[in-house]
Amino acid sequence: MFLFITAICILAATAALCAMLAVRPPSKGTGRAASLVGVSGAFVGCITGLCAVAAGPWAGYESLRLPLALPVGSCALGMDALSRLFLLPVFGLGLVCAAAGGIALRHEEPERHNLGAHWFFFHMLLIGLALVMTARDAVLFMLAWEIMSLAPFFLIDFNDGDSKVRDASWVYLVAAHLGAVALMAFFTLLWQTTGDTSLDALQGGTVLARTLEQMGHSGPGLLTALFVLAVAGFGAKAGLAPLHVWLPEAHPAAPSHVSALLSGAMINAGFYGIIRSVGILAPAGAAPEWWGWALLILGLATALMGILKATAQSNLKRLLAYSSVENMGLMVMGLGAGLVGQSCGNAWIAVLGFSGALLHMLNHSAFKGLLFLCAGEVLHATGTVRMQYLGGLQKRMPLLGALFAVGAAAIACLPPFNGFTGELVLGLSLLDGPALLGVERQVGLLLALAGLACISGLAAALYAKAYGIVFLGEPRSSQATNVHSLSWSTLWPLALPAAACLAGGLAAPWVFDLAAGAAQSSLPLPQSLQQAGLAGLAQTHASLASVAKIGGTGLALALLILLVRRCLLKKRAVESMPTWGCGFQGGSARIQYTDAGFSEPTAKIFAPAMGLKTRLQMDDGLFSRGGQLSVTAPDRLRSGLFTPLFTAVESICNACKVIQHGKIHLYILYILATVVGLLVWGLRS
Amino acid sequence: MNAELAVYLAQFAIALVLAPLLPGIINRVKAKFAGRHGKPLLQTYYDIAKLLRKGEVISRTSTWTFAVAPSVALAGTLCALALLPLGGAVSPLAFAGDFVLAAYLLGVGRFAIMLGALDTGSAFEGMGASREGTFSALAEPVFFLALMVLTSLCLGLGHGADTAFSLSTMFGGQTAGAWLTGKGELLLLPVIFFILLLVENCRIPVDDPNTHLELTMIHEVMVLDHSGPNMALILYGAALKLWFFAALIAGLITPALPLWEQMGLRVGIVLLLAVVVGIVESVMARLRMERVAYLLGAAAAMGMLTLILTQAR
Repeated sequence: MFLFITAICILAATAALCAMLAVRPPSKGTGRAASLVGVSGAFVGCITGLCAVAAGPWAGYESLRLPLALPVGSCALGMDALSRLFLLPVFGLGLVCAAAGGIALRHEEPERHNLGAHWFFFHMLLIGLALVMTARDAVLFMLAWEIMSLAPFFLIDFNDGDSKVRDASWVYLVAAHLGAVALMAFFTLLWQTTGDTSLDALQGGTVLARTLEQMGHSGPGLLTALFVLAVAGFGAKAGLAPLHVWLPEAHPAAPSHVSALLSGAMINAGFYGIIRSVGILAPAGAAPEWWGWALLILGLATALMGILKATAQSNLKRLLAYSSVENMGLMVMGLGAGLVGQSCGNAWIAVLGFSGALLHMLNHSAFKGLLFLCAGEVLHATGTVRMQYLGGLQKRMPLLGALFAVGAAAIACLPPFNGFTGELVLGLSLLDGPALLGVERQVGLLLALAGLACISGLAAALYAKAYGIVFLGEPRSSQATNVHSLSWSTLWPLALPAAACLAGGLAAPWVFDLAAGAAQSSLPLPQSLQQAGLAGLAQTHASLASVAKIGGTGLALALLILLVRRCLLKKRAVESMPTWGCGFQGGSARIQYTDAGFSEPTAKIFAPAMGLKTRLQMDDGLFSRGGQLSVTAPDRLRSGLFTPLFTAVESICNACKVIQHGKIHLYILYILATVVGLLVWGLRS
Repeated sequence: MNAELAVYLAQFAIALVLAPLLPGIINRVKAKFAGRHGKPLLQTYYDIAKLLRKGEVISRTSTWTFAVAPSVALAGTLCALALLPLGGAVSPLAFAGDFVLAAYLLGVGRFAIMLGALDTGSAFEGMGASREGTFSALAEPVFFLALMVLTSLCLGLGHGADTAFSLSTMFGGQTAGAWLTGKGELLLLPVIFFILLLVENCRIPVDDPNTHLELTMIHEVMVLDHSGPNMALILYGAALKLWFFAALIAGLITPALPLWEQMGLRVGIVLLLAVVVGIVESVMARLRMERVAYLLGAAAAMGMLTLILTQAR
């Protein structure tokens, strides 16, 4: 705990230094100093934080209470296995993103961007995240949550000269606050019911259960309200449908090291919150079964929607953002399956659902961080992330291409990379569906598994497209043609998550043990199931060991075949020719398949679900001279639900403006009228 | 245990040796239907041997992805095949959930070939990759649905806990007995697996492996630019994949016999399936592209029906 506090202090001190630099008049010197201070501070802070996570027994619990001068709540911090697990991406990715950001922002002009402010908010985000994962008191938690939610607004708004960026950051701010409102209601209701704000005391769900028992039968309604509030509030942060709309706006607008951190670490906070609140709301095994089903269906729907929307995108960063929605959906699905298993008394489903979800969380942080950073380098080199202008980058930037390929293979769930392991554990959990009672439960879980298979199949096609269109083939525009190769001195931060992707696959059993430990400490099984749960974990550990072994063998086998091929070709002619155009010699880079063409067959099948809008304009007459086809995939939830909702809110607010006119004497009259009114009301009662 | 291992190894070797025979059989059957004499039965072996002795012509556009893809694909397919319980003998690599790994190992091959195709920058090859991606994404849930029926069946078969969700249990030769004892819906499973075989190996009615330059193809169009040893690896990998799917069906319909007899029967069934594929290719036309989705949808519906029926009992 001491190390953790040290890490927070280092980050806070760096933030303060950056803030001091931010208020100085911007110049080359202050910008460079801010970058230097920001990156080195983040480095030292994150490494200290990682040491804090690694130190001490993983399964153990450390806590700390500091004085807090507020009437409610206390400054209680605690670290258990779940906190440690979620801190791992925070500090790990924090370090990587700070380094990559420092390199990317080297050439920014001081007049356009205040780097001091940027690094200040970057550190505030890290501090907020670290505190959210360790706060043991509702008030402290909400404070940290607000810091964590507000800081990204300023980070996303980095290129604030662009009106689209400003729009995106507004959408983010509104979504963050809608979520926060639900969370405040959640914690207030919790506090009102139990009279306690300490999460330590509430953890395990016994306090709430006892209180509800004393209150009589009004319990279930209150419990349902609490659950819905928690899922809405935390789900907005995690990007669960229909509250995901901010993700595809904010992630493409933000600088890439920020989107990597948001996607790899911040949206995890929403998932963390859902897990914690389930642990608070119900004792082990006593959660109503419908909670599990609700989360399972919500997660599955989110994942399907996310992957289909991602397939329809032509902007690489937007594609990655929708893919984050998909992955969050998968995690919530695992949590739902786990709850179903727990309430039906099936240890296998419960244990593997929870640990699969957490394992997938770790994996997702590694590969999504890597992919966003790669997208950032592409943007930096070519000035665009629209796939129809890219292509051929692999030849010009071989290192970056290789790193992106690792990330794409990992997220497409290909063994021996880490993405596969999480999905295997989730799949194994759902597979035991037939052991439950009742056909609808059995078939429900098995169909969820079929959905999972479909999602991962689409993900593989999606990332073949993302990598293939952006990096392979011929460049489709001059921007992509005239790029310079990047060396290790620029790309070394990206190698860390790439190494994590491979290590996570080859060391899968041990990573699984970490995730399983965290799952057991945060959502423990009821006593009667613990023995069976341990057996299931041991068996899955063995399965993953086999996966790692076979994956490693496959890797070695591929290398061996390559070696044989090289030996065969040693003394023979290897000619280099133009791509065979089936006899047609006048081909140019424009005849290549584009991203839209690539996803056309999928789009044909899933068009209604993807929300595709096709507009075709053709000249009249038999011999048309020109035509235009545009295919877009606007988010229908945004245009159909949120835009009308906020327009309505705006008109109501405008109607209320009559009482806000800037005349102070009338405002004093309002106050007087309120006081008199309250006085009368007080006297009457 | 030693006998099991011997059977497993023998059958793995047989698969490695005999797999290129399957395309030969298919071609021969098609030729007979067309009234031609046809290529020699061992044509694929000759092709592979010839290609291995040649140099390569590599597209100027391509990068190392193109060069590496066939090796990666073959390695993935070989690993997947090693997980199959060949001939009733439990695979020494079997573990709970190995069928998921096998499915994704085949996916590795697909992914690599798709990237190799995109790397050439050819419009045709991009087209093939896009179709391959779509149809395999649709085939994946069908494959899992069919396997899940078997999983639930095998939970009650009294196998050890460590092979509960394993290919070795599912295709160990018990299923054939089960449908005789009143589980008639299981008879749909070989049909589903046969459709999957046609889709995954790009045979008629999904794809026509003979029309080398039509825009209607999927698999063949992706490998237009490969030559020499790389092409040999691709041909061999495709044959092994065909063997993999045929062996799945063989595993479903062989009854529980003594090990060596079962093995012989399975190899026979695999070869017979090649004949059936040849007949299907001879009597059917290729489906229109959009109809492939309907075919897979029908397979998924059958899978769901089977699943619900097995669970409802």
